[in-house]
Amino acid sequence: MTATVDTATTSMNGTAATSTWTTKAGLAKMLKGGVIMDVVNAEQARIAEEAGAVAVMALERVPSDIRAQGGVARMSDPDLITGIIEAVTIPVMAKARIGHFVEAQVLESLGVDYIDESEVLTPADDRYHIDKQNFRVPFVCGAKDLGEALRRIGEGAAMIRSKGEAGSGNIVEAVRHLREITDGVRRLRSMPREELMTAAKELGAPYEVVLRVAETGELPVVLFCAGGVATPADAALVMQLGAEGVFVGSGIFKSDDPAPRARAIVEATTHFRDAARIAEASRGLGRPMPGLDMTAIPAREMLSNRGW
Amino acid sequence: MTLATRSHEATPILSLPDRPGGPVIGVLAVQGDFAEHLRMLARVGATGVEVRTPEDLERVDALIIPGGESTAIGKLLARYGLDVAIVARASVPSPDPGGATGQGEPPRPPLAIWGTCAGMILMARDIGDSGSKVVAQPLLGLMDLSVRRNAFGNQLDSFETDLDAPVVSPRQPVHAVFIRAPLIERAGEGVEILARLPDGRPVAARQGHLLATAFHPELTNDLSFHRYFVERVAAATSFAELPVR
Repeated sequence: MTATVDTATTSMNGTAATSTWTTKAGLAKMLKGGVIMDVVNAEQARIAEEAGAVAVMALERVPSDIRAQGGVARMSDPDLITGIIEAVTIPVMAKARIGHFVEAQVLESLGVDYIDESEVLTPADDRYHIDKQNFRVPFVCGAKDLGEALRRIGEGAAMIRSKGEAGSGNIVEAVRHLREITDGVRRLRSMPREELMTAAKELGAPYEVVLRVAETGELPVVLFCAGGVATPADAALVMQLGAEGVFVGSGIFKSDDPAPRARAIVEATTHFRDAARIAEASRGLGRPMPGLDMTAIPAREMLSNRGW
Repeated sequence: MTLATRSHEATPILSLPDRPGGPVIGVLAVQGDFAEHLRMLARVGATGVEVRTPEDLERVDALIIPGGESTAIGKLLARYGLDVAIVARASVPSPDPGGATGQGEPPRPPLAIWGTCAGMILMARDIGDSGSKVVAQPLLGLMDLSVRRNAFGNQLDSFETDLDAPVVSPRQPVHAVFIRAPLIERAGEGVEILARLPDGRPVAARQGHLLATAFHPELTNDLSFHRYFVERVAAATSFAELPVR
C-alpha cells in the first residue's frame, strides 16, 4: 500500500502477522480526534487519562523545562516509563533522541506502544534519523513541511505531527508548520503527473510517497499537531486547519490547574467546530502556561530546526 | 444513496428499502477512526453521518461505535449525555406504549448498533477485572458479554489475520485487524458468535439488533461486515416492517 516495508513477523498458529504497516498506522487512526498529553510520571499520566487523553507521552522533562534548564535532554528513566505503563490503560508513547536508535531499541523492549523520534530531546545524530522500518514498534515524527513529513514516512514513520515550537506556549509555529504540510498536499494533488518527479526532487522526498499523496490528496499516515497548544481555542484552531488530533506538552502541566485544562482541551478537540462549546470549555480555567514570543527565542535555540 | 457511485466495488443492495436517502447510519465521532467507517459505508452504498451530540443521534436509523480509546470515548459519551441517549434508543420498546388510546407516534424500533474494538468494550455488560486500574471504564452495558480489554497485550502484539465468519461472509474468510484488541470472555444466552480465532476464542458476536467485533473491518478493503450491518442488522431492525430478503 505504501512505499514502506513491513517488519511484520508471523506468530499465532502461523496465520497471524504482527507489526504490519496496517497495525502500525492503524493505532494512530484509533487516536484521531483525541489529545495526547506529555507526562513525566505516573501521577500525571493518571490525571491525563482521567481527563480523557487518548494516549500519554512519557518524557523526562516537559519542553518548557528543557528550554529553561538547558543541558542535554534524553530518553526517560525506564523506571518512570514502566511506572506510567502500569498506571494507565491508554497507549503509552515515549520519546527517543533523533538518530538514537539504541534509545529506540530500549523503548521497544520496555513495551511502549509508540516511539516519538523527537526534536524536543537533544539530537544524537546531526545527519541521520533512525531507520524506523527496522523496528516492530511504530514511530511518530515531527515535520515542519511536506518534504520533511514524507522523508520521515519514507524512513518508516507511521504517524506525523507538525512540529510547532515545543515549550513556547505560542501557537504561531504550529499553525505555520501545519499549513506548510496541508498546502504542500494540495499543491501535489493539483500537479500533472509529469511534474511529480521534479516535485519529489524539490521536496527532497521519496518519489513513491509523493505519487501516492498526489493520487489520494492526503498523507498516507495520520497527521497530528504539536508544539504550542496552550488553550482549548488553540486545539480547535489546529483541528479546523486540518490536524487529526493534538499533542499537548507543557500546556497542561505548566498551567495553573492542569486537570480542568486537560478536560477542556479534550472537549475543544472533539467539538472543534462548535464555538459555543469551546467558549464553555474555556471558562474559568485559570492562567495558561506562560508563553514566549518567537522573537524572544534565538534561532539556535529553536527546537523545530533540529532534524531535517 | 448517491455515494454508491463513488466506489467501483459498490454493488446494488437489494435489501435496502427504497425510500429517499435510504437508512441513515450514524458513526459516533467523538474520537477514533470514524472517518474510516464513513468511507466504508459510502462504499456499500449507505448514507453515513457523524454523531457528536444527542441531537445528532435523533437523526440516525443505526449507529456504529468506531475504534478508538475506550476510556476516552466512554468519558466523552458521559460528558455529553450521549450514553443515556444511546441506551434509551437501543432498548427494545415495551409492547404497545400508549397504544391503548390509539394515539401518539408508533413506537420507534430499537437503534441497531455495531461496536468495533473500543465500541465492543463500550457495548459489553462487564469487563471483568480488566478495568481494575485506577481509572474506571464507563460502559453502555447493552450486550450480554464479558469483554477483556487489551487482551493480547500492547501494540507489539497487535496483529492481522483471516477469520471464518460464515454467517457474514459465506464464501471466503474475512480479513481482520486487531489493534490492542479486546476479546469476548463470556457470551450470554441469545448471543450468537459470528467469528472465532483459530484457537476458538470468540471475537465477533450478535445479539438481535446489536453487533460487536473485536477487530477493525474499517481498516481493510473487506466490506463484508459493513454490508452485513447495513443490510442484515440495521435493515432488519430499523425497518422491521419492510421485507429484508
